[in-house]
Amino acid sequence: MRVLNLAGRRLAASIPTLILILVGVFLLLQFAPGDTVDAMMAQMGGGDARTAEDLRRFYGLDLSVSAQLGNYLWRLVRFDLGFSAIYGKPVATVIAERLPATILLMTASLSFAFFFGLILGVIAARGVNKWPDTLISTVGLIFYATPSFWFGLMAIVVFSIYLQWLPAGGLSDITSTATGIRAVLDTARHLILPTLTLGLIFLAIYLRIMRASMLEVLNLDFVRTARSKGLDETRIITRHVLRNALLPMVTLIGLQAGTMLGGSVVVESVFSLPGLGRLAYESVVQRDLNTLLGIIFVSALLVITVNFIVDLIYARLDPRITTGV
Amino acid sequence: MNFTRRAALMTSAAIAANVVDPFRAFAQTAPRKGGVFVVHYGAEQRQLNPSIQASTGVYIVSGKIQEPLVDLDAAGNPVGVLAESWESTPDGKTITFKLRRNVTWHDGKPFTSADVQFTAMEMWKKVLNYGTTLQLFLTAVDTPDPHTAIFRYERPMPLNLLLRALPDLGYITAKHLYENGDVRQNPLNLAPVGTGPFKFVQYERGQHIIADRHDGYWKGPANLDRIVWRVITDRSAAAAQMEAGQLHYSPFSGLTISDMARLAKDRRFIVSTKGNEGNARTNTLEFNFRRRELADIKVRQAIAHAINVPFFIENFLGDFAKLGTGPIPSVSTDFYPGPNTPQYPYDKARAIRLLDEAGLRPGAGGTRLTLRLLPAPWGEDISLWATFIQQSLGEVGIRVEVVRNDGGGFLKSVYADHAFDLATGWHQYRNDPAVSTTVWYRSGQPAGAPWTNQWGWKDDVIDKVIDDAATEVDPVKRKALYAEFVTKANAALPLWMPIEQIFVTTITARARNHSNTPRWGSSSWHDLWLAE
Repeated sequence: MRVLNLAGRRLAASIPTLILILVGVFLLLQFAPGDTVDAMMAQMGGGDARTAEDLRRFYGLDLSVSAQLGNYLWRLVRFDLGFSAIYGKPVATVIAERLPATILLMTASLSFAFFFGLILGVIAARGVNKWPDTLISTVGLIFYATPSFWFGLMAIVVFSIYLQWLPAGGLSDITSTATGIRAVLDTARHLILPTLTLGLIFLAIYLRIMRASMLEVLNLDFVRTARSKGLDETRIITRHVLRNALLPMVTLIGLQAGTMLGGSVVVESVFSLPGLGRLAYESVVQRDLNTLLGIIFVSALLVITVNFIVDLIYARLDPRITTGV
Repeated sequence: MNFTRRAALMTSAAIAANVVDPFRAFAQTAPRKGGVFVVHYGAEQRQLNPSIQASTGVYIVSGKIQEPLVDLDAAGNPVGVLAESWESTPDGKTITFKLRRNVTWHDGKPFTSADVQFTAMEMWKKVLNYGTTLQLFLTAVDTPDPHTAIFRYERPMPLNLLLRALPDLGYITAKHLYENGDVRQNPLNLAPVGTGPFKFVQYERGQHIIADRHDGYWKGPANLDRIVWRVITDRSAAAAQMEAGQLHYSPFSGLTISDMARLAKDRRFIVSTKGNEGNARTNTLEFNFRRRELADIKVRQAIAHAINVPFFIENFLGDFAKLGTGPIPSVSTDFYPGPNTPQYPYDKARAIRLLDEAGLRPGAGGTRLTLRLLPAPWGEDISLWATFIQQSLGEVGIRVEVVRNDGGGFLKSVYADHAFDLATGWHQYRNDPAVSTTVWYRSGQPAGAPWTNQWGWKDDVIDKVIDDAATEVDPVKRKALYAEFVTKANAALPLWMPIEQIFVTTITARARNHSNTPRWGSSSWHDLWLAE
């Protein structure tokens, strides 16, 4: 009950932010030249003036900006995200279709980055300034400095074209008719390269944060106390140091859950995955305002939720931090 | 029987050849049945009904599912698909189509003249881009019997114009599925039903479209079992998937120029402009006459003379482009007037002289004039061309600022707001100049109509030639009128079309019966097959 209460209060506090973001994006897009009919004409490769005029009426673009914004906000109050101009379907349906791929990719690469970042960070911290530390830090720096589209394309060239181990793109093999566990394995195979590509940059960040925070905690008094008590090193690391060093990592996960949604445009395009990032990009190019605002709304909700969960984990990791109830 | 020794020898030699390599002989003659053909789909469309939206992005999918009245044969001449024959009255106001019998829609209902009437009046005339202009003077389609459709026009409609426009603008939709409600909101627009060799199965947005062979096709079942269109927006990723064997065909220059040039050297692929002759385009340089300096013909001529087009083509576009000579490209055998119209070869000294004569003397830093150039965002060739223009004009003292926009922004800035000095993009030539070419020159286009005369320029003589040609029913006179149009348009130079391009096909070498018509990518693929 306390958790629910807290969740409700958090949500209420974020409503003004949400509205500000939505109105801001709406107005920003009004400054971009061209509307969805211009974009459609560009896509069709031509059309006459009569068609364009007719389409503007069809999409309700003959209304004033304030009337369009008012309509949108009023619909939102009733939990109606509106109708997508590109897809000819309700925005909620369009987003629901794209969410699974995005969440799959996001959780897979975040987990990968978090898990290996943690392990590599601990190893680097324990052998600080020795060769494992130097190696891990250098590799991390390379991952961090390399743009992900290049990583993606190179991974395709090596693993799909030369070695032919993994598929070059898509979410599943449509020419096969596999079902059940084989279909799941097929999707997993398709997700390996995108997950690694998206995860490597985050891995680099996590391992650096983990290393720094481990080094800091290792020098604290209670660690010295634990050592003088005669505890063995593994126990000190796992029970005493790790738990305290995890706090910055958890903070980072909360921050990056949001970044991951936006950052996956590149990876989704390179690997032809049907995710939210590509949908958002296409909505901007196509000037599909309803869809774009819908995505921003859903992403904002997701970020708020993840941050809330992060707060709960804080309290669990460090009882000194209360959840403010 | 007169059996000569020579004939006997030849026969035995033929048998021997078959014995030596029977599989080879078989592979060359008999199409292999079955197989899945995977197509690169670069730009998803809002809907897939070709009777409502004319674009290659629609035809590449629905051209296999729905069919037009006529298509083009290998030589580029109209050939009946859903229409078997046609004739026009001498005044060009009545055109009668005899329709194919025993054709059924994928849902089993018969195809009749009522479908043609409904599609023409409710879709081509009211909704279809370019169709609304083409069929502006269509007053009625009469259906005296289920296999005859009589098109009645208020003004003469040249038969050769209609027949060359119909392969793109003549797809038929089933009346019984569309007669209720707004045709644009019909859910079948994303799940098309047609008479073609493949029937729609599934569309997963952002992922793929699937169509399966339709066994009841009127020409007999197609060779392939299934066609899959994979949505891949990244061009480099598409090239990688071609190499990995996940894709068989990338149509309409879907890969980057460098990837196409690379795959052209790979024996597993065929990279060619063949089969795209019906989709010619020219690169443009558009002038805004509202800019005082550009209203002077000498300045426009100077700009054209200052740009070394053959150098650009050779070094940036390679074999996929050639020097253009005006608004009607050389692949259009019916209308191409030849190269002897006014041209502007590279001549830097002359360009400088013309600018001097126009009174544009070099100011501070040698700059005579500063212009804004807006390149269209489709196609990397446009981007390269814009940079080349910028550097070429810099050498004669014209400073060019390149302003890049996305698609919607470009069209709005150039064709609605006229906020440009120079613009560059593609002019798409659709087999007859009256479909989408003369609108670039005809005055009186409403602001906001993309790819039309928005230059602030008007020429009464050219307007008259355009109007006369659009209703001239005699093909010989029509061709002469278009030659006159090109000559006058090139001389007046309201815009310049110095490069001709045809889309490039990248396809697996295993494909057979491909690229055998001028609009093959859009065609039905009923005879396409994949060798082992």
